[in-house]
Amino acid sequence: MAEMTRKEPLTLSRVIWVSAIFCLCLSGVASSALMIGTAEVSLSKMAALVTGTLPADDPVRLIVFKIRLPRILLAGLAGFSLSMGGVVFQALLRNPLADPFILGVSSGAAFGAILGIFLGFTFSLGIPSMAFAGALFTVYLILTIGAKRSGIESSSILLTGVIINAFFTALIMFFISFAADSRLHAMLYWLYGDLSQSRFGPLILLAPVLFFAFALLFAYAKDLNLLTAGEDTAFLLGVDVERAKRVCLLIVSLMIGLTVSFSGLIGFVGLIIPHIARMTFGADHRLLLPTASLGGAVFMIAADTLARTIISPSELPVGVITAFMGAPFFIYLLKSRGSQWSRS
Amino acid sequence: MEPVLNLRMVSFKYKGEWVLKDIHLRTFEGEIVGVIGPNGSGKSTLLKVMDGVLKPQEGDILLKSRPIGSLARAEVAKEIAMVAQENYFRFAFSVLEVVLMGRFPHLRRLQFEGERDKDIALNALKATHALHLSNRSIHEISGGEKQRVLLARALAQEPGVVLLDEPTSFLDLKHKREVFRLISSLSTDRKLAVVLVSHDIDLIAQYCGRIVMMKDGIIAFQGPPEVVLTPESIEKIYDCPVFVDINPATGKPRVSLRG
Repeated sequence: MAEMTRKEPLTLSRVIWVSAIFCLCLSGVASSALMIGTAEVSLSKMAALVTGTLPADDPVRLIVFKIRLPRILLAGLAGFSLSMGGVVFQALLRNPLADPFILGVSSGAAFGAILGIFLGFTFSLGIPSMAFAGALFTVYLILTIGAKRSGIESSSILLTGVIINAFFTALIMFFISFAADSRLHAMLYWLYGDLSQSRFGPLILLAPVLFFAFALLFAYAKDLNLLTAGEDTAFLLGVDVERAKRVCLLIVSLMIGLTVSFSGLIGFVGLIIPHIARMTFGADHRLLLPTASLGGAVFMIAADTLARTIISPSELPVGVITAFMGAPFFIYLLKSRGSQWSRS
Repeated sequence: MEPVLNLRMVSFKYKGEWVLKDIHLRTFEGEIVGVIGPNGSGKSTLLKVMDGVLKPQEGDILLKSRPIGSLARAEVAKEIAMVAQENYFRFAFSVLEVVLMGRFPHLRRLQFEGERDKDIALNALKATHALHLSNRSIHEISGGEKQRVLLARALAQEPGVVLLDEPTSFLDLKHKREVFRLISSLSTDRKLAVVLVSHDIDLIAQYCGRIVMMKDGIIAFQGPPEVVLTPESIEKIYDCPVFVDINPATGKPRVSLRG
């Protein structure tokens, strides 16, 4: 494997270079996605739009700016956030099966959202607020039930997550069975990740939060490296284990809670993108965090573009695409390259 | 000479029961102390108290004359390195990356490993005869190789004290010998104070300058192997009949079971 034969220690310039290439890739995919859709936007129209020579009343202006751009940005931010969350949870819980939804923060958000839809709230403000309230409540539950006096222990946190997930799933089913037919569609789409309701407003909130979360987690990247080798080892090598766990857990939980409040439950991306990044770039979180996050953004924009064009003019929830494409691709990688998990 | 690590009247209990009682132990530069004793006698707990993982309820531990409890964790990690009995790596770090982890306490939060850190890591791998493994994945190497890599990581911390918990328990005869010889030469070359827990009494007798014999949380006997390894002392702590003679090849005591 090419990465394993690298003899040089990781350097900051390498992290920056690789991230820059990913950013380039990301802007390429995002601008292509702007042109693809039910209404084709030609290159000449795009050029006219960018140079400002397009007439103000041209429908292309509306399609690109009002409909596609906020959606593509939300897809990118959701992919960025979910993949970063997956990387951190897999490290903190030392569990390759961990994904950003494993602690049940997303189920709390889902319950809030379903309740919001049930009560007839709007997608612009009411439902995301309900979802985030649900997420916050769950974070509170996890920290009070899962964390013991001796500190945060991964197995008890995991168990708490499983139970919280089960409980909220029951509540969600309860409200779905009482829901009017007209609202059922919205509920199911939310549960599978729906980006069609994206507006610019939430993005202005989400983008800086994610940037801040990334910066903080990157500062803890070396701590995460050592934590994957066991908490005792990390402690012996000088990591403030309890603080690192608390900080990372809280940042990721809040970040995921906020993300799914706007995007719904987009599954799989937070599980497979971290693994693909780890297989490609090795286990060092200083390289893993940027590559997985940016890779997740690219993947999600591509998946959402498919979701809104594949059965055009109808649309699929993007979660259907991520799972449908992701699962076979993941199996292929696992078979051909071997996972980077422990074999013992 | 000033002791590197100095345990004075240290007692430790988990819940109700004392696991260590009134431990007096000093370690010096260039000396290897071997800790033996039956299972459950407190050997591993002793190491955990020495590296600061467990905090004793009574007594104090001085690291180069400073109380260990008053030091930040990274400060302790610059002085004390531990090679634990169980090590697992969830994700496939390369051997070099694992050894570079030993540089963690020396680096600032956002600092990357530099040339100097790389040299220290490669030197450590060379010292433990594991340089050829540096690009391999930690999942792909054998038990004996892994032990040498973890020893290299400990050296990369540039510590004054190295603690080893049963470093040879999963190894065959040849690799046991190799690890003990390695520890012995490192202790001399790098002036390390070494404390190791092991069930290999004969190897301990051969390589350690001082033996600590533990039973029920107390140090029952302490001294050079020739003095403390007698049939009486061994029978007392292990509760089984033994026969002690002199290994003609090394001139050190040799312990055999008497039937």
